Amino acid sequence: MRIQPRTITITAYLLLLFLPIYWLVNMSFKTNAEITGHLSFWPHHPTLMNYAHIFFDPVWRGGFIHSLTYVCLNTVISVSLALPAAYAFSRFRFIGDKHLFFWLLSNLMAPPAVFAMPFFNLYYSVGLFDTVWAVALAHCLFNVPLAVWILEGFISGIPREIDETAALDGYSFPRFFVKIFLPLIANGIGVAAFFCFMFSWVEQLLATTLTTIHAKPIVSVMTQVYSAAGMDWGLLSAAGVLTMIPGAIVIWFVRNHIAKGFALGRV
Amino acid sequence: MMDKPWNNRAWLFVVPVLVVVLFSSLIPMMTVVNYSVQDTMGQNNFFWNGVAWFQGLLDPTSDIGGRFASALVRNLIFSIVILCLELPLGIAVALCIPKQGWKVGASLVLIALPLLIPWTVVGTIWQIFARQDIGLLGAALNAIGIHYNDTQDPTSAWATIVIMDVWHWTGMIALLSYAGLKAIPDAFYQAARIDGASRWSVFRNIELPKLQKVLVIAVLLRFMESFMIYTEPSVVTGGGPGEATSFLSLDLVKIALGQVDLGNAAAMSIVYYLITLTICYVFFTIMTQLDQRKGV
Repeated sequence: MRIQPRTITITAYLLLLFLPIYWLVNMSFKTNAEITGHLSFWPHHPTLMNYAHIFFDPVWRGGFIHSLTYVCLNTVISVSLALPAAYAFSRFRFIGDKHLFFWLLSNLMAPPAVFAMPFFNLYYSVGLFDTVWAVALAHCLFNVPLAVWILEGFISGIPREIDETAALDGYSFPRFFVKIFLPLIANGIGVAAFFCFMFSWVEQLLATTLTTIHAKPIVSVMTQVYSAAGMDWGLLSAAGVLTMIPGAIVIWFVRNHIAKGFALGRV
Repeated sequence: MMDKPWNNRAWLFVVPVLVVVLFSSLIPMMTVVNYSVQDTMGQNNFFWNGVAWFQGLLDPTSDIGGRFASALVRNLIFSIVILCLELPLGIAVALCIPKQGWKVGASLVLIALPLLIPWTVVGTIWQIFARQDIGLLGAALNAIGIHYNDTQDPTSAWATIVIMDVWHWTGMIALLSYAGLKAIPDAFYQAARIDGASRWSVFRNIELPKLQKVLVIAVLLRFMESFMIYTEPSVVTGGGPGEATSFLSLDLVKIALGQVDLGNAAAMSIVYYLITLTICYVFFTIMTQLDQRKGV
């Protein structure tokens, strides 16, 4: 079999992509003595100590649970609010629709750094500070507009005749929406949920600003390894490896729709 | 596009989104505006300060103005550099993704993986990878005689941040381009084959024009994200050495949360937001026009 140049290119790209990740995985199986001792391409004395530390320490476990909780809350809130709005934008014209749409998208473009300080004040004053709800709601700032944008693209790909036929067949609107429409845009919902999950999972600035103890996300637990006595590189690497797993699982589920999803349903 | 019926009751569907987004954006924004026109002597005593903060900020000869201007220039250079690297590379990768079989899914999942890594962890990965003592990249570069130190030397720091960003985000451009490529009907390629078109002219005359729309989305998303970059450089270089990689968000967080200089931070927030908004409005207009042209 002849090897094509394109195969070589993609393989080379993927190899370079995985070199830094491999290095992290490599370090996560080493003791700190081995890490700082000498450079090696694989662990000579593989250890699961770093992973065990994370699994048995309630602070680390809590970090993972808090992060996953606010990410899931945010995904559910964002997608369920965005669905009717995306339907309205896709199917009807109404007063101010275009301006409203751009205003929504403009929130996607707001630098989180701009909002960090006022969010702190806001959630502190409504008593949500240091809860997973604060982070879940704060991430709505960019995830709700994003979900509206993606779903609007997918919904516009479905001919309006379907809505009209269903109405003629005697379906009430809510029944049509749930029984016929939702299954049709299931892919779109999956992709929107994927994106909300992704952006909420990777965001750190707001998540760490809005929490201190009771809802501390995994990323802020990780930053505390820095300030501890010396650097615990092995532990840090193991935690890093673990944070890649939820993402990898989620990608696997949407792998067939991922390309269209990244084009926001607009291809 | 044009034949959508008018129905103002559609507003009802939009209200929930409106309420949530208003709560998360308008109230904080008003706080920022509030701080930007007031000054304080401490103890929560605020007084009217007019546009003084803005005057200082927009005057490059003042302390804060100079700082803002240089962060802005740095950030613009950074955004342009990563776009110039990521766009061609992303398109190239998209063209090389296998056409069928299990390899398609596998390639897509692997290409997308860096996008799902929390940004702090992306920073950590590169912080470790770039170290001279325990990192492969740093150690390898120094071993072959290239002076490289990402915490001391500004050039190394910039190179690390740029490579990290390319590593992190090229996948998104590749996936977008791949989606665009898949939407090209086979008939186009067959016609090109009959005409005996070269690979380059297929790319130039068929693929690139069809990619136009996704590429505008790609540029919009990449520009936005790189213009607000905070987490990754803050982990890897902390904005240093000196101010070398101190981009707008890093500087803003330093002023707002580090120095608690509310007036300057608020004024900077507003100007920063307006710049982002203006640039994005241009992209957005281009995008909707492309949408409509396709709709006709």
